[in-house]
Amino acid sequence: MSQMPATAENILERFAPGAALADAPALPWLEDLRAGARQRFAAAGLPTPRLESWKYTNLRPLEKLEFAPWAQEQVSIDRLPSLLPQGQSTQRLVFVNGRFREDLSALGALPDGVRAGSLADALAKDKSGALADTLGRIAGEDGNQPMLDLNTAMMSDGFLLHLEAGVRLEWPIEVIYLGAAPRGPQAFHPRSLMVLEEDSRAIVVEHHDGIGGNAGGAYFANHACEIRVGADAQLRHYKVQAEDTAAIHLSNLHAEVRGGGLYDAFTLTRGARLSRCEASVALAAPGAECHLNGIYMLRGEQHCDNTTRIDHLAPETASREVFKGVLDERARGVFQGKVVVHQDAQKSDGHQLSKVLLLSDTAEMDAKPELEIYADDVKCSHGATAGDMDPEALFYLRARGIPEETARHMLIEAFLSDTINGLAAEGLCPALLSSVGHWLSDAADGGAS
Amino acid sequence: MLEIKNLHATVGGKGILKGLDLKVGAGEVHAIMGPNGSGKSTLSYVLSGRDGYDVTEGEVLYQGKNLLDMEPEARAGAGVFLAFQYPVEIPGVPNTTFLREAVNAVRKFRGEPTLDPMAFLKLLRIKIKELGITDDLIKRAVNVGFSGGEKKRNEILQMALLDPALAILDETDSGLDIDALKTVADGVNALRAPDRSVLVITHYQRLLDYIVPDHVHVLAHGRIVRSGGKELAQELEKTGYAAFTGQAA
Ligand SMILES: Nc1ncnc2c1ncn2[C@@H]1O[C@H](COP(=O)(O)OP(=O)(O)OP(=O)(O)O)[C@@H](O)[C@H]1O
Ligand SMILES: [Mg+2]
Repeated sequence: MSQMPATAENILERFAPGAALADAPALPWLEDLRAGARQRFAAAGLPTPRLESWKYTNLRPLEKLEFAPWAQEQVSIDRLPSLLPQGQSTQRLVFVNGRFREDLSALGALPDGVRAGSLADALAKDKSGALADTLGRIAGEDGNQPMLDLNTAMMSDGFLLHLEAGVRLEWPIEVIYLGAAPRGPQAFHPRSLMVLEEDSRAIVVEHHDGIGGNAGGAYFANHACEIRVGADAQLRHYKVQAEDTAAIHLSNLHAEVRGGGLYDAFTLTRGARLSRCEASVALAAPGAECHLNGIYMLRGEQHCDNTTRIDHLAPETASREVFKGVLDERARGVFQGKVVVHQDAQKSDGHQLSKVLLLSDTAEMDAKPELEIYADDVKCSHGATAGDMDPEALFYLRARGIPEETARHMLIEAFLSDTINGLAAEGLCPALLSSVGHWLSDAADGGAS
Repeated sequence: MLEIKNLHATVGGKGILKGLDLKVGAGEVHAIMGPNGSGKSTLSYVLSGRDGYDVTEGEVLYQGKNLLDMEPEARAGAGVFLAFQYPVEIPGVPNTTFLREAVNAVRKFRGEPTLDPMAFLKLLRIKIKELGITDDLIKRAVNVGFSGGEKKRNEILQMALLDPALAILDETDSGLDIDALKTVADGVNALRAPDRSVLVITHYQRLLDYIVPDHVHVLAHGRIVRSGGKELAQELEKTGYAAFTGQAA
């Protein structure tokens, strides 16, 4: 402890020069929360591959970045990238480099009992300390999550959603996180919080993108997200990660699902040079259910890590997990999926699957499924495969006149599409499928450098 | 139409075709019969260009061009169609999408304009009605969960849509009920024209009652060991292949 603080302060300063909630009022509970996180991060430092859970993902590229002071970038774009069909995109919250930008957002009328907006704003107005029960509490403090701690210490702003009991939103809420670093690398630490009370329902669509394409420069987005799904409530949380190819994207999600509730998550990853999405879901009461699904498409030197943990804590809880990846060139994918069925979680079922299509000999996949079962009456399964494209299917298509490249694309789309087509937000599917299409046509253009 | 000269081919390093000669004239229907493992499917894969089937000697001329130099898709574009003995299941690709891609790909090869989805659907409706194929089969993923007979019908549907100049049917009759057999035969007979040829690989005389061949060949040990008219099929039905397998060994 004695010689740490100086180094720790350096590290912290490095990652968030001036980015933290500068104008947040001094809330004692928040100060405590952040001070604790600061200390833990200072003691632990950046995770290294020596840690079991970071064995396959190395954050060294992060250490090499010299971050410039935080800057609110000027954004002047005519049309922000919406993933939803016109008419369904009534709520759009835009964050640039981790800060809410009301001027770029579209906030339509919301029904009573819904609060959707900026976490920083909410904290500024939080006289009653209502946020103290959830912010930082859902994620907990196990001392084993340096990147979450860094976020907590440095959190800037982020999406806040609160639904009172029984409120059901008809259309998705779209949250757009944009990153830009035209004048030197940027670091920011968005924090979001979604609390759905009993029997409420919402769909949240997150879009992570860079401004200015590949000329935009490197930025480091270190997200954290806390979610509570109340009894019989349903949250569908769909995310598209299409960050700048120079960016580093980390995200750390904690969700707690209560009795009869559903947390349905899907992530499409195709951006960032280095990304890791960590999700930890606690199925806390009988009948709680979660789906953690995702697809990723990588090429060049891209690295993507999906690390999940699902805790079945109560009887009759269910989890489904399907991750599918397509890796080309020298890309590297990582899937670490842990499912823990605790002693009380009788009659639960958990199914997990990781499937990867390797398009080149130099692409690499590490999959580590882990099942820990302490109850005796459960149904669980897991599987992991990685392989080449089916040569018989390819020949069958070509024998019908379909050119080889088109045939390959058809088979890649087929491999990924069933995961997309199962999503409850049908309005989102065309955008996701076209995202797959774009990725494929980028290859035809000679690759996304 | 098709001229195969002294064709030798290996699969996985093993010699399967050993000096096969066959000439199929325009407008003709030829049947190839022969014992299991004699190389009938190997011949059909070599003709359609499947990887792993290596030609070590001989040549194949199709409409005067060197067929073996062409990519599989170019062969299909030039009018060669193989109805697979074992049609391949392709999860995630809807049959309709597959059929449309195939039709338009072949149209491009022929320099014809591609069909938009509506125009294609119209064509498809006509063809499936002719072949007694249910709507359900075209909506599902290609061959996934199709019964054996449904897969064979789907092959014939593809043939009808792609309108080939040379159709090779590899045991399309195996596993078909009698009605389906007639439908398949009707499909092939509808294709018969002075500028088209058909190569029917079969184990059964029955199909040849419906698709009456001009020539029948016996393939054994990688070569054509006997050729004759349609009566040869009837003879084989009675005597089996013992005589030929002995002769060719
Ligand atoms: N990939 C392979 N590796 C090794 N041998 C193979 C391979 N594929 C086929 N063969 C062999 O080649 C021979 C010819 O097979 P082919 O499928 O052409 O026979 P066929 O005449 O079509 O038989 P059937 O009437 O049973 O359909 C068989 O002995 C088969 O085992
Ligand atoms: Mg065969």
